[in-house]
Amino acid sequence: MKYNPRVNEAVARVEGIANGHPYQPEKISQGALQILKTLSECLIEITGMDAITLQPAAGAHGEMTGLLIVRAYHHSQGRPRKKVLIPDSAHGTNPATAAMVDYAVENLKSDSRGMVDITALEAQMSEDVAALMLTNPNTLGVFEQEIHKIADILHAKGGLLYMDGANMNALVGKVRPGDFGVDVMHLNLHKTFSTPHGGGGPGSGPVAIKKKLEPFLPAPVLMTKSDGTLGFEYNRPQSVGRVRAFYGNFGMFVRALAYIQANGPDGLRQTTEDAVLNANYIRKGLEGTYDLPYSTPTMHEVVFSDKVQAKKGVRTMDIAKRLIDYGFHPYTTAFPLIVPGALMIEPTESESKEEMDLFIEAMKSIAEEVQEDPQTVLDAPHSTRVSRLDETAAARKPVLRWKPAV
Amino acid sequence: MRYLPKSPADREAMLKAIGLCSVDELFAPIPAEYRLSRDLKIPRQMAESEIVDYFRQRSRENGEGYTSFLGAGAYSHYRPVIIDSLISRGEFLTAYTPYQAEISQGTLQSIFEFQTMICELTGMEVANASMYDGSTAAAEAVMMAVRLTSRRSVVVARSLHPEYREVLATYATHQGMPLSVASFGDDGRLNLTEFEKLITPETACVLIQSPNFFGSIEDVAAIAEIVHRHDAMLVVSIAEAVSLGIVEPPRQADVIAMEAQSFGVPLGFGGPYCGVIATREKFVRQMPGRLVGQTVDRQGKRGFVLTLATREQHIRREKATSNICTNQALVALMVNIFMTVYGKVGLKELAKQNLAKTAYAAGTFSEHGKVLFAASPRFNEFVVQTKEDPYAINSRLLGHKVIGGFPLKKFYPELGNAALWCCTELTTRSAIDTAVGLVAESERSVRSPKEADVEEVTR
Repeated sequence: MKYNPRVNEAVARVEGIANGHPYQPEKISQGALQILKTLSECLIEITGMDAITLQPAAGAHGEMTGLLIVRAYHHSQGRPRKKVLIPDSAHGTNPATAAMVDYAVENLKSDSRGMVDITALEAQMSEDVAALMLTNPNTLGVFEQEIHKIADILHAKGGLLYMDGANMNALVGKVRPGDFGVDVMHLNLHKTFSTPHGGGGPGSGPVAIKKKLEPFLPAPVLMTKSDGTLGFEYNRPQSVGRVRAFYGNFGMFVRALAYIQANGPDGLRQTTEDAVLNANYIRKGLEGTYDLPYSTPTMHEVVFSDKVQAKKGVRTMDIAKRLIDYGFHPYTTAFPLIVPGALMIEPTESESKEEMDLFIEAMKSIAEEVQEDPQTVLDAPHSTRVSRLDETAAARKPVLRWKPAV
Repeated sequence: MRYLPKSPADREAMLKAIGLCSVDELFAPIPAEYRLSRDLKIPRQMAESEIVDYFRQRSRENGEGYTSFLGAGAYSHYRPVIIDSLISRGEFLTAYTPYQAEISQGTLQSIFEFQTMICELTGMEVANASMYDGSTAAAEAVMMAVRLTSRRSVVVARSLHPEYREVLATYATHQGMPLSVASFGDDGRLNLTEFEKLITPETACVLIQSPNFFGSIEDVAAIAEIVHRHDAMLVVSIAEAVSLGIVEPPRQADVIAMEAQSFGVPLGFGGPYCGVIATREKFVRQMPGRLVGQTVDRQGKRGFVLTLATREQHIRREKATSNICTNQALVALMVNIFMTVYGKVGLKELAKQNLAKTAYAAGTFSEHGKVLFAASPRFNEFVVQTKEDPYAINSRLLGHKVIGGFPLKKFYPELGNAALWCCTELTTRSAIDTAVGLVAESERSVRSPKEADVEEVTR
């Protein structure tokens, strides 16, 4: 979890920014439009792409927008094509999105290093494939080292390389997806650009694209008018259409821009370096205590498995619950799906060395408990008001609202 | 490096622990030819004071200090101060998605209360934890009806927010869902006879908005009867949530797709807002979005969890009801606090004030221009038809720091020189009198709409 700077909250509440009406005349909206323009330019530079839309309301919404653009592009080339390739390590939104845009989903296997299996990709790539949806670094925290080959294989058959850039914490300021062959990608402003998680939202999912996809961007598109002022262009005949009313989650644009300004180029690079350093420090600290299913170098997150602890009947969720007693928010459990019993740990740049030492110590202590007294871990958490809520009962007989007693 | 807690010594010690000499080695997996060897070309690092100053300047260029009569899907209501006090608490502001129920009971309980109050207000049995906004909620509600009926075509009211219609068209294109548009009659409401003719045995659902885009309240009961006679579903979109304080909720609907921005969410130049879908219990397994349910822990204590996740993308992948993952949680919390602060009585009183302001404004306007659709009941918006182009009128009003009604020409050319005006409890009588006076003055001396100043405010 990244730190959410409080100055972002302060500037988002300045009168003309918090209370601007989306339909107020452009003449008196130049401040908001300038924010859209500056953020767009920053994100285009950070991703190495050519153009962007800020309209999508969240990452998954960005994915949908991106795939709509892919479809519109192929359609303009003669036919929309039939399927999208998705690695087995991908987030669930990827296949769900492909289905919403009426593409068949074809699973792509990972190799023993946790990367895209190049031979499999070559075999599966055809002129029916519209795009490959690649997360890079992938959900194992592994950078696809053969990214240039992947892009070439896609492009040779006219396919597009889609990158799920929800989490850019390993890349910002160090490498740009546009430079390694990505044609279309989405970002998640709450994952990478410090807008608050808010207990599950709001997000914001800008989609950045290469030049050839520009005609298909959702309408309206921001433009500079002949008199030098900013405005929206609505007349976009090849556009995929509108994906949301108004212009997107503007309040999140304000926060993301304030974050970029607070960091500057050197700050963003240092942030990325610290995020990767932190993940590797945890990896080093816990290697040997927890099973590391893929020994490939780690970028911004590291994935262990509960293989050792499972022998004592303790699973990743149990370890996560015990971590609560030690005062830590648990890591992501049971994802990615290619690692049975996964412990996905992403410290981000925001944790200090002291905090990470405490975390490593807690994880080691839990591993010891698993060996000596597994029941303590299985019964965790012990320190919370409620413990181990019955999720099966909740789903079997759903109580989704309060009702007055009769 | 403002937000980074490590000292150079910390970094060195950590690198040493890992067994590396430099941080560059951590990036070795990235092929060298792709590694960026220069600074990003973005603004240099700014001090906090400079950042604050930058946004204050943008604020001044952004309609600060204007009196606005704009509504059209984004409403200016009073936001009780406690909303920002509460949502600024770190426990809500920075908290992760409540996957770990034991340490997320606050978030989960607040969502449960949100679901409950939305049900109470809409007359529905279940409500989800939020969607992106009203437009995407409407599109997702339609897709839900398509799944439930196994039919594919959709009838949409022309009096639905035009941008909601555009969003639906985008979603529908690749779902193979043909759309047909039902027009409105002289009273601004759905033309029932014409509308029934559009329903075929392939119609999955009918999507209407009430109060509709013109502020007129639709006869939902009559529409529902027609729709249900054809075994189709009725989806009702609500863009102005405050209307629920006094307008009978569209309880005859099968699905309600709502925009809750009016409940304490800042206008914010269009977002973030808060969509919600509410429906009948029997349809819940086809409903998109997160849901919180009540359960017990192993000691039998009451608690809350995310539930029915088997509908969702992280379990079902390409077979999920929707791809939605992140929703609008913090914004839903604003809505929740707003509903709690106002309560049953307060919300009704608030709605009454909106009605009263609007009745006064519409009455005053009708002395100088034509108020359309006057025969049908309305909430807090109304359409004024003028001799002069509303863009020209608005351009003149801007000089007096007044933002006039939303010109309808772009979306409804058939209405001629018409604009959609909105009054809320925040609109003062003197502001109404000033605006009406300026419009009346314009009407007395109609000028050509081709003048230069008109262009300036054309969107």
